[in-house]
Amino acid sequence: MKIILKVWRQKNQQDKGRFCEYILENVNRDMSFLEMLDMLNNQLVKEGNPAVEFDHDCREGICGQCGIMINGIAHGPLKNTTTCQLHMREFKDGDTIYVEPFKANAFPVVRDLKVDRSSLDNIIASGGYVSVDTGQAPEANSIPITHQEAEDAFDAAACIGCGACVASCKNSSAALFTGAKITHLARLPQGEKESATRTLTMVDKMEEEGFGHCSNTEACQVECPENISVLNIARMNYEYNRAKLLFKK
Amino acid sequence: MIWFIKNSVTRKNLMALTGLFLSFFLIVHLAGNLQLLLPEAQARLQYNSYSQFLGGNPIVLIISFVLYACIILHTIDAIYLGIKRKKANGVSYSKDMRGRASTWYSRHMMALGIIVFVFLIIHFKDYWYIYKFGSLPLDENGNKDLYTLVIVSFEQLWYVIIYIIAIVALGYHLLHGVFSAHRTIGLYHPVYNSIIKVLGVIFALVISIGYIIIPIFIYINHQV
Amino acid sequence: MNTITNTKVPKGPLAEKWSNYKASAKLVSPNNRKKFEVIVVGTGLAGASAAASLAEMGYNVKSFCFQDSARRAHSVAAQGGVNAAKNYKNDGDNIYRMFYDTIKGGDFRSREANTYRLAECSVNLIDQAVAQGVPFGREYGGYLRNRSFGGVQVSRTFYARGQTGQQLLLGSYQALLRQQNKGKVKLYSRHEMLDLVLIDGKARGIIARNLDTGEIERHAAHTVVLATGGFGKIYYLSTLAMGCNASAIWRAHKKGAYMANPSWTQIHPTCLPQSGEYQSKLTLMSESLRNDGRIWVPRAKNDTRAPGEIPEEERDYYLERKYPSFGNLAPRDIASRAAKEQIDLGKGIGPLKNAVYLDFSKALNEYGKDVIAERYGNLFTMYQKITGTDAYREPMKISPAAHFSMGGLWVDYELMTSIPGLFAIGEANFSDHGANRLGANSLLQACVDGYFVLPYTLQNYLANETEVPKPETDHPAFTEAEKNIHKQMQNFLNCKGKRTAEDFHKILGRELYDKCGLLRTKKGLEEAIQNIRRIRNEFKEDLMVPGNANEVNSELEKAGRVADYMELAELMCIDALQREESCGAHFRAEHQTEEGEAKRDDEKFCYSAAWEWTGNISAPNLKKEPLVFSTVTPTIRSYK
Repeated sequence: MKIILKVWRQKNQQDKGRFCEYILENVNRDMSFLEMLDMLNNQLVKEGNPAVEFDHDCREGICGQCGIMINGIAHGPLKNTTTCQLHMREFKDGDTIYVEPFKANAFPVVRDLKVDRSSLDNIIASGGYVSVDTGQAPEANSIPITHQEAEDAFDAAACIGCGACVASCKNSSAALFTGAKITHLARLPQGEKESATRTLTMVDKMEEEGFGHCSNTEACQVECPENISVLNIARMNYEYNRAKLLFKK
Repeated sequence: MIWFIKNSVTRKNLMALTGLFLSFFLIVHLAGNLQLLLPEAQARLQYNSYSQFLGGNPIVLIISFVLYACIILHTIDAIYLGIKRKKANGVSYSKDMRGRASTWYSRHMMALGIIVFVFLIIHFKDYWYIYKFGSLPLDENGNKDLYTLVIVSFEQLWYVIIYIIAIVALGYHLLHGVFSAHRTIGLYHPVYNSIIKVLGVIFALVISIGYIIIPIFIYINHQV
Repeated sequence: MNTITNTKVPKGPLAEKWSNYKASAKLVSPNNRKKFEVIVVGTGLAGASAAASLAEMGYNVKSFCFQDSARRAHSVAAQGGVNAAKNYKNDGDNIYRMFYDTIKGGDFRSREANTYRLAECSVNLIDQAVAQGVPFGREYGGYLRNRSFGGVQVSRTFYARGQTGQQLLLGSYQALLRQQNKGKVKLYSRHEMLDLVLIDGKARGIIARNLDTGEIERHAAHTVVLATGGFGKIYYLSTLAMGCNASAIWRAHKKGAYMANPSWTQIHPTCLPQSGEYQSKLTLMSESLRNDGRIWVPRAKNDTRAPGEIPEEERDYYLERKYPSFGNLAPRDIASRAAKEQIDLGKGIGPLKNAVYLDFSKALNEYGKDVIAERYGNLFTMYQKITGTDAYREPMKISPAAHFSMGGLWVDYELMTSIPGLFAIGEANFSDHGANRLGANSLLQACVDGYFVLPYTLQNYLANETEVPKPETDHPAFTEAEKNIHKQMQNFLNCKGKRTAEDFHKILGRELYDKCGLLRTKKGLEEAIQNIRRIRNEFKEDLMVPGNANEVNSELEKAGRVADYMELAELMCIDALQREESCGAHFRAEHQTEEGEAKRDDEKFCYSAAWEWTGNISAPNLKKEPLVFSTVTPTIRSYK
């Protein structure tokens, strides 16, 4: 099939950026979206032009490194799917596809479709962990955790950190990302102990990194590759309010 | 002081709590206004004495100040968050189809809020201001005749239409706002969340239908 | 001369070696620890856990990864689980049995003491991970749940749905970031290590390229740890991430670190088959699927009927038939080879006739869709996304793909390479799995190396270095290394040929897969060596890399990686050629039993082949580390 691509090209953070049009013939329906971009790059490089830079690594939907706005939707038209798991069978012959990087103040563009998402790492670094050193752990079965608790914690822990929630949010909020980590750890007895301090520092960090607020439109869950529940955001708010009201510094 | 709270979770809490208080007020206000639907003679006396009671009661007075504060805080907070949103978003998308993942009214709470706010100004000017500071004739019981003021205003079609538009905007604002507020203050349990979501829809419907019936009823009954 | 004797395996009975080592290893006092700088390259399970653990002890750690975040290292993609000899199932498991399963699974080609240590430390790992908040699967009462994996007869695999690697990695990533927050770790993401710097024969730093700016940076330290994972991506089509590469270990190899058993690559039996030329990777479907899925092909050749139309008696459940006691859970090398055998017989299914069926209908009938969905839900979803087919309705199509490198940098018992001060941990080293790795042992090895082994052995090394000041980055060795890097990149950029690095990578991968993959022959390997040399020359002359070196340039990154693959590929073939036996994943057609099973030659080949760089790619120097089995007796590895 034939695909007309309008790809965002931006040399660096200072550059203004613009769309460039490319036409690809003979795109296979079973190609993944990124393989289609590979095809484009192969074409570009052979002509001596710089390749379109885009982030990707595992290409099986788990590393969270890929992430592009495809026709104005984070990770493209399929819901709960990463860019790398999107296949060209979702498009029609002759389609025009707009490809843009994730845009948010906290995600500066590095080049073309690559953005810098280290602000998400910074949120985790501020408190998204259980403070346990190697060697301190007690016998694993000494803390029973019910099946349901473990499953709930997993649901929140499944976040792959791709940033689609931020890109899909009208306020560029990282509440789903932060809420998921807070819930994952608050849900488990190991992590519950530090929940108050963790929540306070992570929420403050989220602010400091320049993310917006959450207005519960729930778009993030729809586009989230792991279908992380928006209730994690409510859990974050709960933990935050509880910490503010009850926690003694 | 409000500009010093940088944290958006706290700010959203403020938004939620003021919003919930205002929602609660809407019930009380509606209950009072439904008296307008009574037969005219009875309605006039009852409504005017009800208004007189509200105006003179110290507890109601305190609550009314809380109410004004809530309206102001809710508005300022919205402006603040709007600015914050702009900052957080940075450059906008050239092609933006993100809307497919959420409801339009949840994305446009600000616009709906502005409609409601503009309406509130008109509403205050036309009733509250005149009642408090203007000169109104008295009814048989010696109470200010707010009833007639209301009836006269709703005999005009354009006024009814403005009123309805504002209430529809309010309805959508509530449709998202009520459940969103509960999320914001931390209701995370899935079952209670579904309950709140349903209650929120019912609430928005009841409030908007309730408020819309009044001007339509009055308008139809006073056509010569 | 060419025999390696100094493996530093401690004295004493097998079960006491590690305790003896720990009891006698030298220590560094907490005051002195903060004077040391340690470089850890790679932030996968091995790298992140090592960096975090060392920082917790008080060392100053610099941690590097080429991904945009430490959380994206490819450990994240491991699905099935992690083994530990906890014996929670009361089914007869213990450390010795786990050790024996691992060493037998590796076809008696691993170092006994290392493998035993792996089993021994497995117990602590589960405790550690649970304490970090890893949400392992639980029984309803709240205790940890286990499942069974290939090549063993007990249930010792702990899992977090089909995302165990992700959850374990998040645990160590969070531990790493916690140390970053405390200032003990400095993280360098989007940095690729391009060379190792030696001063006075000891590893003292690295040259890294900032992939965002193109800047070449020098980083000095007292010791360097490589945790850079495997190089299965050399086959181009593999289950690995696009960025996985051999560059760090290969460049260390060229600085003097021996490369051991490089040809031993595990070909994973349950991957999605290739569907066209454009394909960039083969997605792995967890081996745990074989717990409930049954593998079969039609009995007739070139059967084009839909799977549902093939009656039961016309299906060949070949694994159950050939290996009745292990059935569908036969180890990976055996399952892969059996699949290849069926495909070569013309019984392959799918449009390219390159796959076999993995059928869940029996399990679905037995347990119902809900149970299967809870066990493998995400895998079924993933399958649907990639292939567009619903595996609850029709069987999955799977085929073998390159997956894990059992080979890697040679390390001694302390995980130190032949370069003093250079350590290699996780998949980057060669040590624990022999000629074939059992499922759910890779996460284990990476974690055990990083959390429980390296902190002791690295300290033992540093204890002798307390007087050594931190090396300066203006040392001539750094200048020299940096100059070489600049030169190499300029060569790539100046070539201006007609083919991309990826084009070359694909050709090289095809060549290797055909001749140095599941089945190897003397003739094929000799041909491959000739072809690889030819491809390598073409690469030098016909490569096209656009752009500049001082900006984001993914083509330049790829060129460097492919250049290293071009050299490593030849060493793999040389290694496979010299080993005139079949063992584990290394199957030489000349050496098989009448039934077509691997035929080992313990007389001649009971050693690890460690290759030393001589400056001539085609003439490496072979050093043999004899494998001494004091506790187990190598037997014929049978899973029948």
